[in-house]
Amino acid sequence: MMRFFLRRLRHALFLLVGVSILAFLFTTLAPGNYFDEMRLNPQISTETLAALRAQYQLDKPLALRYASWMNSVLHGQMGFSFAYNGPVAPLLFVRARNTLLLTITATLIAWVIALPLGVWSAERFGRLPDRLLSWATAGLLVIPDLALALGLLVLAVRTGWFPTGGMTSLDFESLSLSNKARDLVLHMALPVAALVFSALPLLLRHVRAAVAEVLDAPFVLAAKGHGISRRTLLYRYALRAAANPLISLFGFSVGALLSGSLLVEVVMSWPGLGPLLLESILSRDLYVVIGGVLLSTLFLVGGNFLADILLYWADPRIRIETGGR
Amino acid sequence: MRSRPTFVRWLVLLGALHAIIVCAGFFAPYDPVEQDRKSPYLPPMPLHLMDAQGHLHLRPFAYALKLREGTFDQYEQDFSHPVPMKVFTSGAGYRLLGFLPLRIHLFGSEGTRICLLGSDGYGRDQFSRLVYGGQISLLAGILGAACTLFIGVCVGGAAGYFGGWRDDALMRIAELFMALPWLYLLFALRAFLPLSVSPLKAFFLIVAVIGAVGWARPARLVRGVVLSAKEREFVRAARGFGATHGYLWRRHILPETSSVLWTQAAILVPQFVLAEMTLSFLGLGVPEPVPSWGNLLSSLQQYSVLVSYWWMYLPALAMVPFFLGYLGLASSLQEQGETYKIERRGVLGA
Repeated sequence: MMRFFLRRLRHALFLLVGVSILAFLFTTLAPGNYFDEMRLNPQISTETLAALRAQYQLDKPLALRYASWMNSVLHGQMGFSFAYNGPVAPLLFVRARNTLLLTITATLIAWVIALPLGVWSAERFGRLPDRLLSWATAGLLVIPDLALALGLLVLAVRTGWFPTGGMTSLDFESLSLSNKARDLVLHMALPVAALVFSALPLLLRHVRAAVAEVLDAPFVLAAKGHGISRRTLLYRYALRAAANPLISLFGFSVGALLSGSLLVEVVMSWPGLGPLLLESILSRDLYVVIGGVLLSTLFLVGGNFLADILLYWADPRIRIETGGR
Repeated sequence: MRSRPTFVRWLVLLGALHAIIVCAGFFAPYDPVEQDRKSPYLPPMPLHLMDAQGHLHLRPFAYALKLREGTFDQYEQDFSHPVPMKVFTSGAGYRLLGFLPLRIHLFGSEGTRICLLGSDGYGRDQFSRLVYGGQISLLAGILGAACTLFIGVCVGGAAGYFGGWRDDALMRIAELFMALPWLYLLFALRAFLPLSVSPLKAFFLIVAVIGAVGWARPARLVRGVVLSAKEREFVRAARGFGATHGYLWRRHILPETSSVLWTQAAILVPQFVLAEMTLSFLGLGVPEPVPSWGNLLSSLQQYSVLVSYWWMYLPALAMVPFFLGYLGLASSLQEQGETYKIERRGVLGA
């Protein structure tokens, strides 16, 4: 068991280090850096620019820069942001918190809807209600995220039901606690809706397919013959037997917590990682870009790791297969 | 008797949709970059058959728009000024397929323009921009997918065919690319390339970036196919007869991968069209004045546009039928591949 975890952990570490090296390699291909725009400014002399570059080690070879960046990662700073004039880590953490607030809510809602609805649909597999639901999910699937998010935004503006953009109102600080919560929820409604709608069709399809396959199995017929109630059969036995692909999918949902909402955040101007990343790309604030990519990769890898552990816990077959080694 | 496979239906739909985009000059009534600064943000002009007096006309017409009294961006229909819609009329010159100079358009009007989807901030006809924009976005998606599949075949093929340490190394790198969140990867790659470039350069940059991002999954699939294909009897026999690597690849292994590749293409093209749209929407892609589906929407990032000119959103719905076509094609190809596999296994097993 320990060996299984260690192997997965080693794999995850390999991926993270690889991604960081990859991200750094791309920086060498990059023409220009943050201080290039200052070169146009006649008030800043070339000596000052050279000094700035030297201060931030932009004139050093790549390997050296990587080493000193790695050092700062280990000290919890993740490099230096030129635009914000401070270490990257605190910057990223505040934004990541906002993103997580959004995505965890959306992921929970999507799963809470998808599980019962998928089971319900699988039970009626091929009949009219199931077919209607399939058409509805297909309809949602062909509306691209960008169109969905923008459409919700246009709708909100036309109706005036929801605030458009941002995380809080301007007078947020002066509100009472309950009003603060209300304000936050109202601001969250649109981006969460966009995320739920874009995640739902895929989840629903997978739950339906997995459960429908299990319902074909002989043990279900036997259970029915024993007179086990429908609800117990569906949720206790069928769903459990169908869990494996769903657990992998759940791991994927967890992995996408930081990276899946990028576009929605930018469109709805939610102050999460997405807008920060875009902004730092445009201003060539390279350590913020690398930090953002790395943080979201960490989540993706972590999500897979979580799925592995859950699978190990949930499925005795995997335990026997891998435990023996 | 075998019925015609379902994917033919989807191919016909996609073919028709793409034909509209390819012949953009004919289907778009006006020049996509022609400005009319006097009429910015025209709302969509509805077509009528019945005029204000209740008379029925055979030829559809629109009412010209005039500024409402005392405003500068509010329009109303001018009922005294109907603009009849002309079919197969001559208008702005264009080159069909890039070489055939023509002036004929599917529809148009004389004098006042009929803007079916309204106009943008420079008074350019949104409908024309939409049709022309599809050329950029779809071409970027298709070329990007071609690049990705090419890299995927090379990497996956090499890994599967040669095996050993090369397989390990290549698949490790593929895993690395799959671990990266792909929109982030797209952004990061774009981040380290020059920001302001000419439209043509930007287009190829986008294609290259998009093409370089998604190769890992096709590579893994191709590797799997190649691994099983190279051990098949007829391939081993051919190798035994002294066939060269190149011959084996061309005649025996590459054809085996084709069904996987077509399915992947149907999945990748809409993804990459969306990638181009996202980049252009955020100002990292194809710049103005060249229209693309992404930068058509980018004006919606301004709050004032969002509030006052909702019809600027309409182009976002343009790709829904395209996505539907590609999605249907991908899933029917997948089904086809599965039944094909089962059939063949049945034959071999018997």
